[in-house]
Parts: sequence; C-alpha cells; structure tokens
Amino acid sequence: MPALVSSTGAQHARILGIGAYRPGRIVPNSEIVDAIDSTDEWIQQRSGIRERRWATDGETVQVMAVGAARQALERSGIDARQIDAVVVATVSHYLQTPALATTVAHELGTDQAAAFDISAACAGFCHGVALASDLVRGGSAHHVLVIGVERLSEQTDPTDRGSAFIFADGAGAAVVGPSDVPGIGPVAWGSDGEHADLIRSRDDWRDVLASDAPRMPHLVMQGNAVFRWASFTMAKVGLAALDRAGITADELDCFVPHQANMRITDAMARAMKLPATVAIARDIAEQGNTSAASIPLALDRMYAEGTAHSGDLALLIAFGAGLAYAAQVVVLP
Amino acid sequence: MATTEEIRTDLAEIVNEVAGVDADDVQLDKSFVDDLEVDSLSMVEVVVAAEEKFGVSIPDDEVKNLKTVGDAVAYIERASA
Repeated sequence: MPALVSSTGAQHARILGIGAYRPGRIVPNSEIVDAIDSTDEWIQQRSGIRERRWATDGETVQVMAVGAARQALERSGIDARQIDAVVVATVSHYLQTPALATTVAHELGTDQAAAFDISAACAGFCHGVALASDLVRGGSAHHVLVIGVERLSEQTDPTDRGSAFIFADGAGAAVVGPSDVPGIGPVAWGSDGEHADLIRSRDDWRDVLASDAPRMPHLVMQGNAVFRWASFTMAKVGLAALDRAGITADELDCFVPHQANMRITDAMARAMKLPATVAIARDIAEQGNTSAASIPLALDRMYAEGTAHSGDLALLIAFGAGLAYAAQVVVLP
Repeated sequence: MATTEEIRTDLAEIVNEVAGVDADDVQLDKSFVDDLEVDSLSMVEVVVAAEEKFGVSIPDDEVKNLKTVGDAVAYIERASA
C-alpha cells in the first residue's frame, strides 16, 4: 500500500498583526433610551456603554471585513497573496451560501486562498485564532487571516430593555503566521448546549417566512443568567487557558475579554483575581458589543491608548451564544 | 452551625466587597434593591460569593425571592441546615 505524505507545518504560530474597522455611525445612549423608557445613566450603570458604533447603509459586512483585513495585512507586513486561508467568524452574513470569507478573500486579492465562515457567535474570534494556529502548525497554511465581523444593529430589538443598548457593528482581523517561539497558547474551549436558549435568535427563518409580517429575527438573551455564566464560569475558563499556557496571572500584561458588558469584564477580572498591573480592555464604552469583532477592536484601542504593547502577554477570552467559549494566551504583535 | 448574626456579618462583608455598600447598613430588614441599591447584576455577584462562602446552592429562580437581607440569611440558614 502506498504511503501518504503528511503535511508538517511551522513549530510555532503567532499573531503578526491586528486590524480594525469601526463603522461611521456613532449612536449615543440618548438615541436608545426613549424606546426602552430608560436613561443614559441606567445604561451606563448597567453596561458601561456610553455610545456604540452602527454601520451606515454602505457599510456591509463585506466592506467592514475587507477594511479590517487590509489594516491587519498592512500592519503585519504580509501581502494578500501570502494568505493561504481566510476564516470569517460572523452571525451577520444573511446569504446562506456562499460563505462571506470567499468574497472577502477575492476582494483582498488572495491567490484563491481557502475560505470559509465559522459560526461561534461572540466566541468566534478566539475559535478562529485557535483554528489558524493549528492550520499554521499543521502545515495546511503559512499565513491565515482571521476576521470577526458583525452588523448586530439589524438584529437588535429597539424595544427590548435587556438588549437594545448592547449590540453594535464592526470588524476586527488578525494575521496568524509561523513563529520561531510560541506565540499562541493552547486553547481552552468548549460548549454548553444545555443552555442554548440563554442567547439566541428569537425565531427560526422558516417561522419568520411563515409569519404575516416577516422581519429580521432579533437577538434575545436572559441577562442575569448570562451574567452569572459569563462572569464566573468563564473566569474558570480564563484561568484554565493561563494554566495550559504555563502562565500565571502575575505574568500577564493584558486581559482582553469579549466586550459583552463592562460589568461582566469587571466581575470576571475580580473572579480571576487578576493583579492591578494587568491592563483590561474596555472598548465597549464607545463601541458597544460587536460579538465576533470585539476582541480585535478592543486590542486596537489598547494599542492606540498605549495600554498594550508588542511582546505583551494577553489573555483573550470569547464567549456567547451556544453557549460556546474559547480562550488562549497570546503574545501581542 | 453559624448563628444568624454570623451569617449576616459575613453576607454584609460580601455586599460591601461587591457593591461598595457600608457593611453596617446591611441589616436584616433592609431591601437589597430599595435600601442598599444593589442592582440585579450585583445581586448575582453577591449570590455567587455567598454560595462559595456558605457552601450552599442558590439557583437563579430563588434569587428573585431574596428581597431583603433577612430573606437571604434565612435561605442560607435553611440551605445549610
């Protein structure tokens, strides 16, 4: 029997660069409050959000994904033709097929890179980074582009007091490539489908089509139960990712959780007993919750504000509908 | 077995840590929401910390019944009995 050739990749992988795309429409709390009979103060106290970014009509998921990806490529010093695989994490691509990644890969000018979408909701970016790391180390790709992009404004119920002020739009990207030293730690990930109803699209598309007044299915979530899970169960996953990477909390420079809610970020940091020396991502205050895009967007702000630096050790943790979650320690580019 | 006052004192410490409420204000007749201004998210944090501290389980369905500090202390006493 003839022996197959098996691929061998780089010994290690790392993130080479991060890109961000923040859409043009700034929506302050004052535009949200009337429909939910609330106040700016209540929203800030409840979520830490002062304003969020929503896409304008022309800012499609394609436009935003390409924008973030181009910036990530430029910062990485990598040409689009060097990209072998494009992985797009999104729940905002409303064409059932083909995958958004294929048209993004084409518009970027890749040389027919492998391209596919993944559906892991708010946990999408860290799933993508884990896949990219393994693609590079397994020899399936030299350079992988991971993109998280969302237009959750279209799925937001403006009259839902529990979520109308939370969701937002944007894109973030990372180029993952080979490295001489470890740059992406082992992933700690999983799912808890028993609680799949805690965060979900309210309606199945077939039910939408069968209704008299079809409309985009809204995102709904059970706030307090999600808060409990995200703050405490996820703190344990974060600690597991540190442990798997052989890093202690004292050695960590940055904590970059999915920007779900400032209260979740604070509660997680407390539950993980992170020392005060760790810089914490707080992009949500001005960006809102952008699901799969939130971690690279938050990292982009930390660089701009000088709280993240090349070579820093950062814990990334993403969690959301599914319930799905993934976390890993990375060396920042 | 901890006394009611011991449980109240420990709970007051937790409420102080989570919500910044003066521990002396955390008395049995005080309402978490109306008197101590502990909102529902902070209440989740208090409950999780209390579960660890007292070794009890306080499911989400029960949390909404814990209106006052006395309600919470009584629940913890029953659950740990």
